[in-house]
Formats: sequence, C-alpha cells, structure tokens
Amino acid sequence: MNRFFTPFFKTLVDHEVTVELKNDISIRGTLKSVDQYLNIKLDDISVVEEIRYPHLSSVKNVFIRGSVVRYVHLPGAAVDTALLEDATRREAAQASAKAKQG
Amino acid sequence: MENLSLHDPPPPGDQPPQLPQMIPQLPPQMFTTAAQLLDLTDKKLLVALRDGRKLIGVLRSWDQFANLVLQDTTERIYVQNLYADINRGVFLVRGENVLLLGEIDLDRDDDIPEPYQQAPVEEVFALQKKEMEERKRKEKVRTRKLQGYGFEGDMGVEGIL
Repeated sequence: MNRFFTPFFKTLVDHEVTVELKNDISIRGTLKSVDQYLNIKLDDISVVEEIRYPHLSSVKNVFIRGSVVRYVHLPGAAVDTALLEDATRREAAQASAKAKQG
Repeated sequence: MENLSLHDPPPPGDQPPQLPQMIPQLPPQMFTTAAQLLDLTDKKLLVALRDGRKLIGVLRSWDQFANLVLQDTTERIYVQNLYADINRGVFLVRGENVLLLGEIDLDRDDDIPEPYQQAPVEEVFALQKKEMEERKRKEKVRTRKLQGYGFEGDMGVEGIL
C-alpha cells in the first residue's frame, strides 16, 4: 500500500490541501512533505473554525501524525484519476498473478 | 541517521515505485519522518496530545515514531474564554500520544485570540475539570445510544484538541 500512496502524495507537494483530524479539527495549508506513515507537514496553515481552537493561532506550520488523520481533502485538478486507476489495476493484476503462482 | 541533505541525489539502486514516473520527483530523503522533524528541532513548538493537552516547549530530540523530548515546557489550558499556563519542565512524550506539532511563529507568539483572557491556574483548572466531566457524561449517553443502534463509537481520539 505504501508503495503506492506515498508516491501519490508526493505528487501533491506544494498544493493546498485540507486535513481533517479524528477529533474533527480541519487544517488547511500547503502540503510540504509526507512520509511512509502518512505523517503530513503543512505550511502557512489556517484552521477552519479558528476561534474554537485558539492554540493554533500563532502556529505557522504543522507536523501532523499520520495516525490521527481522518481525511485529506485534495485539490481535484491536481489529481490524475486515470493514472491512479491505471496504477491500482496494475497493482491488483500483479497481486492476483502472484496469488495464482503461490 | 545518515547525514544526507535534502539536495543530495537518491542512493543508487533505490528506484521510486512506478506510479509517478512522468511526474518529476523530489529526492526521497525529503519524505522521511526524520526530514520533517529535522527542521522543527530546537524550535519553540506547540504539541497537541491525544488527551487534549497542549504543551509549549522547545523540541530537543525525537525519533522516527515521533517520540519527543521537550525542554522548558509549559502546559496551556483553555476553558471557555479563559486560559492558564503551568510550568512543566522537561517532557518526554511517547509518539502514539502526539496529534500534531506546530511551529510557533515568534512574531505572533502570545497573541492569544480576542475572547481568551489569562486567569489563575486554580480557577481554570476547576472549570476544566467540570467541563471534562460534563463532556464525559454526554459522551457516555451518545455511545450508549449508538450502541443501541449497533454502532461502535469513534474512540480514535478522545480529546478535543
């Protein structure tokens, strides 16, 4: 899975994304980095419903632990869905071929 | 840790997987936990924990699990429209409890948004305790109702960040 998702997220670097955490807070910012655990680093952040989360008002960039992320809202224009579908099918085909062999 | 800078070429034989071949790739060492935490080292950070605590301190050490060592830590409690700071000293945080780390913009440090005012620790602490009990009670009712419908609650993150 990581073979696939980390490279995918890497193509979205420098795009604006919104990360929704498991405790319902949503943070919007420029995607700077993603690693194997899907830890996410965002720059120039703004918080949706800022007044409810005062502790983030003087924060400029965040490192979010992958395990607490619920959703990442992506810019539709930056995602090549055809390429993704293709890569997923290829992956699935490979996996089933392997299963047959083994 | 290897002494790679972000601009070094990737090591030979370590080819990135097939997907984005047509898309230019940044060097892979930019995309490690280490690289992400490296620029936060020795900076004043806000750390939000899973139990809802907010710590403010200087990040001195860390590893790939986001286990952290913080120096000169203060815990800041927000309740209603009040807040209080408690000095805590050195903190070692186990990575699984970390929600996020935020680098504090020193130019905007300590401009706490409008409605929040500093108050004595005891007062804020008592208010927080009350609020937490209330929340727990509500959560219990909610979970019980959801269970009645066959749902398990989303217990992933207990705190309200």
